[in-house]
Amino acid sequence: MFVFLLRRIAFSALVLLIISAAVFFLFFVASPGDTARLFAGRNASPETVDLVRHRLGLDLPTYVQYGRFLNNLLHGDLGQSFVNGQQVGHLLWTRLPVTASLTLGAAVVWLLIGIPIGVLAATKPRSFRDRFATVFALAGLSFPTFLLGILLLYFLFYRLTIAGLPWFPPSDYVPITDNPAQWARHLILPWLTLALVTAATYSRLTRGSLLEVLGEDYIRTARAKGLGERRVIYRHGLRAALTPIVTLLGIDIGVLFGGAIVTERIFGLPGIGQTALLAVAQADLPILMGTVLLAAFSIVVANIVVDICYALLDPRVRVG
Amino acid sequence: MSIGPSAETAAMEVEIEAGMAAGPFPKRIEGRTPMQLAWARLRRDRVAMLSLVIIALLVLTAIFAPVIVHVSGHDPFYQNRDTGLSPAGIPVGPGTRFWFGTDELGRDIFARVVYGARISLLVGVVATGLSVIIGLTIGVIAGYYGGKVDLVLSRFIDIILGFPFLITAIALVSVFQPSVLIIIGVLVFFGWTTIARIARGQVLSVKEKEYMEAARSLGASDLRIMRVDVLPNLLAPITVYATLLIPANIVGEATLSFLGLGVIPPASSWGQMLGAASEGGLYKLAWWYVLFPGLFLFLTTLSFNLFGDGLRDALDPGSDRAMAK
Repeated sequence: MFVFLLRRIAFSALVLLIISAAVFFLFFVASPGDTARLFAGRNASPETVDLVRHRLGLDLPTYVQYGRFLNNLLHGDLGQSFVNGQQVGHLLWTRLPVTASLTLGAAVVWLLIGIPIGVLAATKPRSFRDRFATVFALAGLSFPTFLLGILLLYFLFYRLTIAGLPWFPPSDYVPITDNPAQWARHLILPWLTLALVTAATYSRLTRGSLLEVLGEDYIRTARAKGLGERRVIYRHGLRAALTPIVTLLGIDIGVLFGGAIVTERIFGLPGIGQTALLAVAQADLPILMGTVLLAAFSIVVANIVVDICYALLDPRVRVG
Repeated sequence: MSIGPSAETAAMEVEIEAGMAAGPFPKRIEGRTPMQLAWARLRRDRVAMLSLVIIALLVLTAIFAPVIVHVSGHDPFYQNRDTGLSPAGIPVGPGTRFWFGTDELGRDIFARVVYGARISLLVGVVATGLSVIIGLTIGVIAGYYGGKVDLVLSRFIDIILGFPFLITAIALVSVFQPSVLIIIGVLVFFGWTTIARIARGQVLSVKEKEYMEAARSLGASDLRIMRVDVLPNLLAPITVYATLLIPANIVGEATLSFLGLGVIPPASSWGQMLGAASEGGLYKLAWWYVLFPGLFLFLTTLSFNLFGDGLRDALDPGSDRAMAK
């Protein structure tokens, strides 16, 4: 197990290195704008632009710049924004709670919707409720996140507000430390948006996984022992069926921690995704690198965590 | 294909069919290929057939977009400043003049939605096709040769899966300027990996079969074995997955265009129209700007997903129904 983990971590570090190099070189090879000019401002003289270029280290060969970037990274320094000199590490640190609040809250909601629907469908396959679950899953799979976001905004924010019921604010973020109630109120629509489209996958996965487990011999044994159907399904069946769901959950959360870009954009949440979008619009390489690395890092970590969970949850999985 | 197990199952199928339709006695026994059987099953699936009809209508819409727009009487790019906007500059709602209403520049939304079908289907089909070609090639090579080749290719796929999709996409698009080609490139970059994984797994499972050994001992070349003995085994799962990849790619294009990083105006895409509708709260004034592009987008992805689902049942009837009993 230990050797397996070490190998996984080493390979993950390699993946991060390759991704960072790819993004870094891509930016310099194909970047259309002159970063130094952008940074110096529109009215700067050529001398000032040169000075800025020198100070940012942009006059050095690209590989030297990348070397510097890596060196700083190893010292825990992600660099500074080209646009306003902000520390990238600090910036991401202040934005992470927004994305984390959005992702984790939404995950709770989609599990609460997805798993029960999947269980209902699996316990009575080919029934009316199974058909309903299938329709729900396929509709959810087909519904783009941004479309659902706009619809929720239209009906639950705009329509309710003009009807005199301003329950759901359309945007803004309130830190949980300031006011937990307002925090939740501002996040309800984003949570619903993210959760409803994601729950579809979970209901489908739960159904498939539970159906497979319920066909196993030990379930027949449990029934033969005279256990109640409820106990058989929840205690014996669902527990084993949860393994693939945990896997998917880990990966989904990992991906979303790197920025729930669409949801953050629609609801004006100042999270990692918004930061990345802004960095792209302003050609702010250090911030873009920071967000890409953070996103890749959370995916990689999620994968390792999932592997560990797998080994712990399912004793049949042997790693080595 | 007329003798052996497939003829046997075909006969059974006929019996079952006849038993359901007319009576206990089969009228006639005929041999059918697995493909014919799958098609027969698919034709009985009403939802899948309805989806297929909708997809066909969409394809026709995309092909005959100029004709349709000519009939409706409005150009997708023309800004009807006097008739398409109210005196206050607000878009006009659906009516006899503008069937789906107008957008913030007074352009006809019906014409733009019709032209949007072209972008969605083009990106969805081309990106999926390229992903299948690349994924199939790499997956078959990795699975067939195994060992070091497999290790390197599999690790390569792992690295690509480490890239965060949307952030990588927006970074690429910002560097190269948004265009349809870049969108397709980004979607293919991520799309082929899953196809490769499925193909590899499938190849691994048939590699040790006896007929492979027979082919090899007859002196067949690697290329011939891959083509004649391996590829037919991949057809069913890859077809199903490719059908499901199309709507995913359509949503991918729509999402990028929604974020302003895909199709750039005046060209129209459903995602880009929805992005414009959400910009500055325009959706509050002009619900039709959300409804029509959104409806077309949803219907398209839903039809492909439903059809893919039916296709899976038809090509692999044992998977779900056996468990369902």
